[in-house]
Amino acid sequence: MNTSDNFLSMLDTLCPMHVVLNSTGHIVHAGPTTQKLHPNGPSLIGQRFLEVFVLKRPRAVASVTDLLNVSGMKLHLQMRDPPMTELKGVLVPSLYEGQIVVNLSFGISIVDAVGEFGLNCGDFAHTDLTIEMLYLVEAKSAAMEASRKMNLRLQGAKIAAEEQAFTDTLTGLKNRRAMDHFLERYIEEDRTFALMQIDLDFFKAVNDTKGHAAGDHVLQVVSRVMVDETRETDTVARIGGDEFIILLPSAQSEASLRSIGGRIISKLEVPILFQGEHCQISASIGTAFFEPGCELTADQLVSNADVALYASKDAGRARQTFFNPKLRQSVTQLVPQNRQEDFAPDVRDAS
Amino acid sequence: MHGLTNRAIQRFVTDSYGIEKWNDAVRWAALDVSDFEAMLTYEDGLTEKAIVGVCFVLDKPRSDVMEDIGTYLVSHPNTEALRRLLRFGGVTFVEFLNSLDDLPDRARLAVSDLELPSLEVRDHSSTQFSLVCACPIVGFGHVMMGILRTMADDYGVLAVFEHMGSGQGVETISISLVVTEFTEGRKFELGARVE
Repeated sequence: MNTSDNFLSMLDTLCPMHVVLNSTGHIVHAGPTTQKLHPNGPSLIGQRFLEVFVLKRPRAVASVTDLLNVSGMKLHLQMRDPPMTELKGVLVPSLYEGQIVVNLSFGISIVDAVGEFGLNCGDFAHTDLTIEMLYLVEAKSAAMEASRKMNLRLQGAKIAAEEQAFTDTLTGLKNRRAMDHFLERYIEEDRTFALMQIDLDFFKAVNDTKGHAAGDHVLQVVSRVMVDETRETDTVARIGGDEFIILLPSAQSEASLRSIGGRIISKLEVPILFQGEHCQISASIGTAFFEPGCELTADQLVSNADVALYASKDAGRARQTFFNPKLRQSVTQLVPQNRQEDFAPDVRDAS
Repeated sequence: MHGLTNRAIQRFVTDSYGIEKWNDAVRWAALDVSDFEAMLTYEDGLTEKAIVGVCFVLDKPRSDVMEDIGTYLVSHPNTEALRRLLRFGGVTFVEFLNSLDDLPDRARLAVSDLELPSLEVRDHSSTQFSLVCACPIVGFGHVMMGILRTMADDYGVLAVFEHMGSGQGVETISISLVVTEFTEGRKFELGARVE
């Protein structure tokens, strides 16, 4: 073996993905891994380097002299043949007059390249961290996949738990589902109770002008007022954005309900401070009674309270109205055509 | 104990014997957890209870169950990812053996809170090795026996393994290579990733 052969076999071991070019820029030797880059095409030996690889950066390299000028620089290369793999490279003049050694690497394209070129552990120098990187990619992907599956399971469990929940997470009040449960139970027990339907007035304006955080804060303050002004046996529920229902099983007279409703409205009208700004709202209330033997359904009772609520709003907001059947007549004349169905007797969408 | 360990025991039973056997083991061992999450950590005692439960319902000695778990981990299609990760250790079986020292560190790179038993490979000659495992789980050496036997087949190597006993939480396995190119072994292509 002459010294030139020794040199090439040294390169094959230390950097198996290299090519050696002669003074005309033709490939005269290719490392064992470089040879795998051209599995079906003609041998790399004898081909002009720049006809096999495009030098993408630095640009405007067309001759061997140009190549020598970029010696030691980081080269961005791409193979001209499919799968047009991108490569990193560096070139240096060889020990032998006129020759150039180009060392190549896959860079990040390695993950696809190992499959495309059928590469194995033996195709990389023992000091090359490529195998470790591929190991990490696989190990991390497997760990991520396990975590992702667990997240999906946990998310499913969370949704299931939420579906079974009875609490409105924003305010801590009961939610619509809880309210429906209580309402059905009271009706089944056929006992006297009152249902107060409360809509906040001007809440949308607060939300629109001062932002959601202000809106959320207002809802929390409002909720505290309603809880404070009712008894522990009463059920306060938030059933929509700014809509509330209070079930009052202990309130027996219009007078006591009038005073509870009055207190709630006047407390809600106190401006609520949020980050130095005053949020001004009020509330309209519609109240309906359930009496033993009245045979109202839950939907009918809520509809009665809704009619009374609409009458409060129609009369100028910030007030409480008690349901009576005559209201239904007058409200039906007042409400816009597209909402009349909501107020027709016995038919009401619970939403 | 890391959930991956507990999950491996559970999957070994469900994949090899069916979910009913696992449920039997859970009931018999009175485990609080019936479905281990791979990416959570569990109280150490649960692992031991699970192993005892599995040995009882399978009616096998602990050493056999542990070795079967090791074999399962590197031969079942559901655990192909693990076999691949181990094959990254080296091109030849000897290189693979020598990579076992690094295994706990490699595992930590992938899952930072995974503490694998410490493994130490000693080479006595080019064909004679021993593996020293320090692990809180009694019988872990047998799990390694199962893994090594199967990986030797994987590399196409004929080797003899012997559990040399245990003491002070350390178990030793002796490894004798008989023929290094006994069969072609199973292929390992870098690009053939598990989907």
